Amino acid sequence: MNDGAMIEASGLTKRYAGHPAIDDLSFTVARGEIVGILGPNGAGKSTTLRILAGYLPATSGFARVAGFDVFSQSLEVRRRIGYMPENNPLHLDLRVREYLLFRARLKGLGGRRMRERIDCVLEQCDLADVRHSMIGQLSLGYRQRIGLADALVHEPELIILDEPTLGLDPNQIRAVRQLIKDLGGYHTVLISTHILPEAEMTCQRVLILHEGRILAADSPENLQQHVGSRGQVTAEIAAPAAALREFLEGLDGVAHFNVAPLDGEFLRCALTPLPGLDLRPALFAAVRDRGWTLRELTRSRPTLEDIFVHMTRDIQEEEAG
Amino acid sequence: MSAFLAIVRRELSSYFASLTGYILIACVLFLIGFTITDLLERLNQESTDVPVTEMFYQTWYFWLILLLASPLITMRTFAHERSSGTFETLMTAPVRDIEVVLAKFASALLFHLLLWMPLFLCVLIVRYYANDTTAFGPPLLASAFLGILLLGGLYMSMGCFASALTRSQIIAAVVAFVLGAGLFLLSFRSLFGIPRLGSSAKILGYVSMIEHMQDFVRGVLDTRHVAFYVTLTVFFLFLTLKVVESRRWR
Repeated sequence: MNDGAMIEASGLTKRYAGHPAIDDLSFTVARGEIVGILGPNGAGKSTTLRILAGYLPATSGFARVAGFDVFSQSLEVRRRIGYMPENNPLHLDLRVREYLLFRARLKGLGGRRMRERIDCVLEQCDLADVRHSMIGQLSLGYRQRIGLADALVHEPELIILDEPTLGLDPNQIRAVRQLIKDLGGYHTVLISTHILPEAEMTCQRVLILHEGRILAADSPENLQQHVGSRGQVTAEIAAPAAALREFLEGLDGVAHFNVAPLDGEFLRCALTPLPGLDLRPALFAAVRDRGWTLRELTRSRPTLEDIFVHMTRDIQEEEAG
Repeated sequence: MSAFLAIVRRELSSYFASLTGYILIACVLFLIGFTITDLLERLNQESTDVPVTEMFYQTWYFWLILLLASPLITMRTFAHERSSGTFETLMTAPVRDIEVVLAKFASALLFHLLLWMPLFLCVLIVRYYANDTTAFGPPLLASAFLGILLLGGLYMSMGCFASALTRSQIIAAVVAFVLGAGLFLLSFRSLFGIPRLGSSAKILGYVSMIEHMQDFVRGVLDTRHVAFYVTLTVFFLFLTLKVVESRRWR
């Protein structure tokens, strides 16, 4: 076995009729990691996942899953993955348990172990109540969980989920996210999404994909620091306006600031620091020393959404300029 | 092997999970009933030394059923999976492409044979009431059954091929029908066409399914016919496999 990388992709390119859907993707995913592939529609997320799942071949480049080549050792790879495609296609004319039985047999399970696993995933995905219902008559939330149960039934090493929370209501989304989080550790999980907070909440690492190329690959926290080094600090302080202005003017590391009166004697300060600095400790120390009152002190944390907008804008500017 | 059986099971159950299977069975049953009525009337009119199976075959219902039912049996196999997207989950499961093709073909053929079962029941009933049992001897029935099996195999493999080409079940059925009817009409060229000399007439004679079937229902087992159907079936299954594999090199 290799150095523990679950997925190794190198120079992965896929062209549809000459037009590249993904272009020279290289990345690795370690065992036990939960990784999110993020990007707008048409960024090449599904194409990447389909190649990894062995459904489509790459035009060039290679990818290995658990040390097996996804093209030449496709069967070995497919034994080790649980894949749920986009829109989660199911056989609507089957009952839930029948469907899982069919899928489990297809994946080589049998006998007592198969029945145990099916009972287990029915429980895990909260499907036990509907096990005898026709899939065609169930709501989207159930269907999505049936897809998940199918992906999990043979205890795969790698779980690939393409837009697992598409079309769910907020409660269901929360349940599915929790399920995905619980899977980490035992399984390696690769999910794609265009909903940024989702990746922020579930993934240890995200790959940001844009027009078939990787813009960034890091943990959500690191990406935030990268973009958020200029995070604004907002403070609400009860202090004499003149004294406060004087203090802020003398404070190191402030790019510019703004003081506005609020209710009572409170003033609202908005500070933009120089890159890489956190102004909050200095501000707190000043308030404490001078005996002012502080009722809010926050530093804006950029969400992945900000990061995403930031990065795609940079690209567009580069292309334009 | 377990994957093969899983697919066969799923495919066969899908014929009965929807109305399609039952409607097909009902229609074929209706046509077979017609045939048997026809046949009994003829038997009552005059005595003959033609085997009952051949008399049945001469009513042409056989071809009607084969040509019309086959595309309807096979149109679903691949086209439906493609249009509903389940083809992706199927092909990303650890199954070989050839297992999928063979399993779908086998289940279509099994269903096709199931459609013909009432015919043998009818023949057995006639045999029970007729005093002369030699006209319904097991070898004769077996040979007729073999003919249905071989022709069915060929038509199922053509249907699977047509279904693999498209995601529309209608197109799959039409293509399968055109392939099947085209092959069938070739035999008319040799039977009723302008008599020709030379190799073309000889070739047309070889592919004449009407003549092949005539031998089967008379109880004549010609290995040339068997070879003809087996090779053509394998050929169409091979084409189907290539179409299924084509997603990997397109």
